[in-house]
Parts: sequence; C-alpha cells; structure tokens
Amino acid sequence: MEEKKTKLLEVSKSEWGILIAAVILPFIFDFSPYVQGLLIFILLWVILGSSWNLLAGFTGQVSFGHAAFFGIGAYAAGIPYMHFKLSPWWGLITGGIAAVILGYLLGVLVFRLKGPYFALGTLASGEILRLVFGEEEWLTNGHVGILYMTTWVSKYPYYFIALALAVGAIISVKIVMKSKAGFYFLSIREDEDAAQALGIDTRKYKNVSMVISTFWAGTAGAFYMIYMGFIDPEVVFALHNISIISILVGIIGGVGTIWGPAIGALVMVFVQELFRSAIFGLAPSWVSGLHALIFGVLVIIVILYLPGGIVGDWHLFKKKFGSSKKLEVSK
Amino acid sequence: MSILRLDNLTKNFGGLTAVDHVSFTVNEGEIFGLIGPNGSGKTTIFNLINQYYTVSDGKIFFQDTEITHLKTHEIAKIGIGRTFQKVRPLKRLSVEDNVMAAAFARESTFAGARSVARDVLKFCNLDKSSNLLAGSLPIGGRKRLEIAKGLATRPKIILLDETAAGLNPGELDEAIDIIKNIRGKLGITVLIVEHIMKVIMTLSDRIHAIAHGATIAEGTPEEVAKNPTVIESYLGSDYNVEDYLNA
Repeated sequence: MEEKKTKLLEVSKSEWGILIAAVILPFIFDFSPYVQGLLIFILLWVILGSSWNLLAGFTGQVSFGHAAFFGIGAYAAGIPYMHFKLSPWWGLITGGIAAVILGYLLGVLVFRLKGPYFALGTLASGEILRLVFGEEEWLTNGHVGILYMTTWVSKYPYYFIALALAVGAIISVKIVMKSKAGFYFLSIREDEDAAQALGIDTRKYKNVSMVISTFWAGTAGAFYMIYMGFIDPEVVFALHNISIISILVGIIGGVGTIWGPAIGALVMVFVQELFRSAIFGLAPSWVSGLHALIFGVLVIIVILYLPGGIVGDWHLFKKKFGSSKKLEVSK
Repeated sequence: MSILRLDNLTKNFGGLTAVDHVSFTVNEGEIFGLIGPNGSGKTTIFNLINQYYTVSDGKIFFQDTEITHLKTHEIAKIGIGRTFQKVRPLKRLSVEDNVMAAAFARESTFAGARSVARDVLKFCNLDKSSNLLAGSLPIGGRKRLEIAKGLATRPKIILLDETAAGLNPGELDEAIDIIKNIRGKLGITVLIVEHIMKVIMTLSDRIHAIAHGATIAEGTPEEVAKNPTVIESYLGSDYNVEDYLNA
C-alpha cells in the first residue's frame, strides 16, 4: 500500500477551483454593487461561521454568544478611531487580539459550565456586553454609535480583503483539525471525561479552541467596522443577527465540517435576499417580511432530514436527489 | 519492583465507605487481578487511581512517587492507562482517529500518531475496522478499542476494567490472548478487574480480593480461590478452582 505523506495543508482540486473562481469571477462579470455587497456578506458569514464551528462544531462547546467576540473586534477598530483618530484598519490586528483576550477571560467562567449551561453562559456574556457598550457612552459613544468615512467607495477592495480573511479562517481550521489539537477538540466533543483519561488537558485545549475561534470572530467584527463605516451596540452585539446567525450558518452548512460554514453562509444569504427582495419583486411585498420565518423552517427541515447539515450529509443529499448511477452498478 | 502501590486507600461517599483502607502493591511486569462481588468497589479503586474521584484518605504511589492529587490527564501522561467497563468510544470518530487521539499523548505529529495508532490497532486485531465509525463497532470490537486507546497512550501500567465482560467464547479467547501479549510482547504491567473466572484465574500472577470495599484476601490464584472468605462472599461454595487452573 502506498503511504501518503502528510502535509501541513492538503488542498483538493475542487478547493483550488472554488478559490480561483472566487478570485476571477469579479473580473469577468461586472457585478452590481448590490451583488458585490451580498458576496462580501457571504464571506463575512464564512469567517464568523468557521469561527463558531471550530468551538461548537469541532470542540462541542456550543456558543450562543459569538456576538460578544464579533462586537469587541468591531469596537477594537472603532474606539481608537473615535478617541485618537487611529485608523480602523488597525482593527484587523487589534480586533482579533481583543476578542482573544475577552475569550480567554470569559473562558475562565463559562468553561466551568457544560452543555446547555455553557450555551446560556455565553448567551448572557454577549448580552451583558451589548448592554455595557450601550451604557458606557464616554468610551463607546453609546447608542449613537461610531461613524467612519470608509476608505473606498468601490466594494471590490473589500471583497478581496474579506476573501483573504475567509480563506485564512478556513485554512486555519483545516490545519488545526489535522493536528494534535484538532484530535483533542474532537475527543473533548465526544466525551470530555474519557478524553482526560487519554491524557488530554481538556481545560487547556478548550481554551486553545476558544482562542482560535475568537480571533476570527474579532477579526470579522473589525472588518465589519472598516467596511460598513458604522457600528453601534445593537448591531454588532446583536443576539439574533450575529450570535444566532453564526449558529444557523453552522447548522445548515454542517456542524463539525470544514466547508459547512461556507455552504451555510451561501444558502443563508441567498435565502435571506430572496425573501427580503420579495423574490426579486415578483411576489407581493409582504413576502419580504418572511425571511426570519423561512430561516426557522429551513433549520427545522435541515435538522429533521439532514442532521449533519448540507456538507455533513452530502451523501444523503445525493442519494435523495441525485442520479441512481450507484444502483445500476451494483446490479 | 513496585510500579503501583495503594496505601490505605479510602473513599467515602457521604456516609458510605466505598473503599475502605485498601492497600496493595503491583510489581513491574505483573498481571495483577482485582476481584470482588458487584458493588465491592473495584471500579471505584480505578476511578481513584486515575483521579476521577478525589481520594478521601490514603495515598497512591506510582514508581515510588506519590500521585494522589494529580489531575486525570496528568495520570495518563505519567504512564497509567485505563479502559472503561462501560465502554466510552469517541462515537463519531473513526476507530483509527480514536486511537490517534490517544496516541497524541506521546506523539506530536500527525504521522507519528498515525503510525502508533496503526501498530496498536493491529495488535488489538482492529486493523480491518480502522475506518469504521467507533459508534458502529459491535461490543467485542468496542472492548478491544478500549484496550487500544489505553495502549496508544504508551502506558507503563494499564488498568483493564472488565474488558472481557459480555464477550462470546471466541471473542473471549481473543481478549485473553491480547491481554497476555500486553505483558508478553509490550512489557506493560496489567492491573485487571474481571468477573469471568476463566480470564482472571488463567492470567493473573497474583489476585487481590475485596468485598464491601475492604480487603479479604491476597495471593496466587490458587490461594485466593481456596480462601474460605473469598468462597463465601464471592465464588460460591460449588466453585472448583481446578477446572480453571487446568483448563
């Protein structure tokens, strides 16, 4: 048998294809600013979804408070700008670091909790930060928010930055999951006590997962500040729009799969826009209010029929909807 | 040479004394049996050794170093592996990945861990199942996977908790061979808890018997099997040790 050498990072042909397509397509088609905006949002959700997925999907620590890290990253870009006129672009460095520090400190508290209690603990953390950042006006400008004139009018530069960050997030997850830490994350997810008996310092490795996860959430938050030019606590610490969507992206795409968040983000943004635009204006306008309902229905369908998500249960997907080639061969 | 020594080990759960001043010494290279009726505290002793439970009183020594208050993962790191009576596979990982996760205790690279895992899987006759999900293994395979995970941490002593329970006769002989080879080929000391007399009597060099958490006898399999207290409280009066020793 041929022994395959293990490389630090293995990239399949289809992965190269997706990457090349993502880089080239904007040059071939002249996307409208609307489509460009959607693409950037998809990439933002890829980063945030991958971040959530590492902690929840691979390590089994289901966070309901990822907005905390997204928000702190956004404010790490915004606050220095507001007070010292430091460019928010520094946030691409400081945002991740701020989120990592917050994540580590929160971890001391919330990692004492398990299962649903961990979820509640993280949910409360996110909500506390939302309220604190709304009240402490001297620091954050409160609900008025922080406004910044974006660097470029064109969206293309932002697209490529978001693409680079999304690729970075996916690559980091891929590398980690092929390493000792990745195996330890999975062991912790499957059985924390049994993992300890295998010599795994579960507290330490939960922190490692937290650090990587929060780094990307914070970086995504900082990018949001740079790109949107406006943040306020209700937006960047939003429970439904950030924390919950991180989870939905993971569940729909596939919890504990590398590409799940990417597929999930694609589907989510597509469905959201399909309904928000009332099926491109073809349907009556009240349809536009349905997108939240549709998310709910989508999640129910996925949990019932594709519990592993679109990526995790791709084989089932193919069986149900795909060709019957395999059956013919087996005859 | 002592590898594991319990010194008056005691565990109280509220008013109940589950383990009552138990002392024994396992020597390097031995297969040491621990027997007793259900609920006599055998698994509790294992859980005390690897620190799932905190020790109420007494001390544990590993190669003459006290390890009474280390953490569970540190116990594994210093060289005490264990299996679980109620098997605990990492269900949604493949068999090989299960063993690799254990192998990372001493290996830092993917390739190194995989090579250790493959050796161990072969040793435990699981190499043909290595790509199956651990949750899909039948019970015999799961029991061997427990041993494989324990061995992959490269322990100096392994604690086997009823690894033969629930196996059919064919699987039982396979399990006995594996346990023999753990000492014979790998040179790892074995501390074994077992109800199946065929296993414990044929394998053990020495046996320690407990009842209600307290020691009732210790000695060679023959001595223990002929001990009146052991017969009364565990084996039953119709038990004939010769059947097993000559089997």
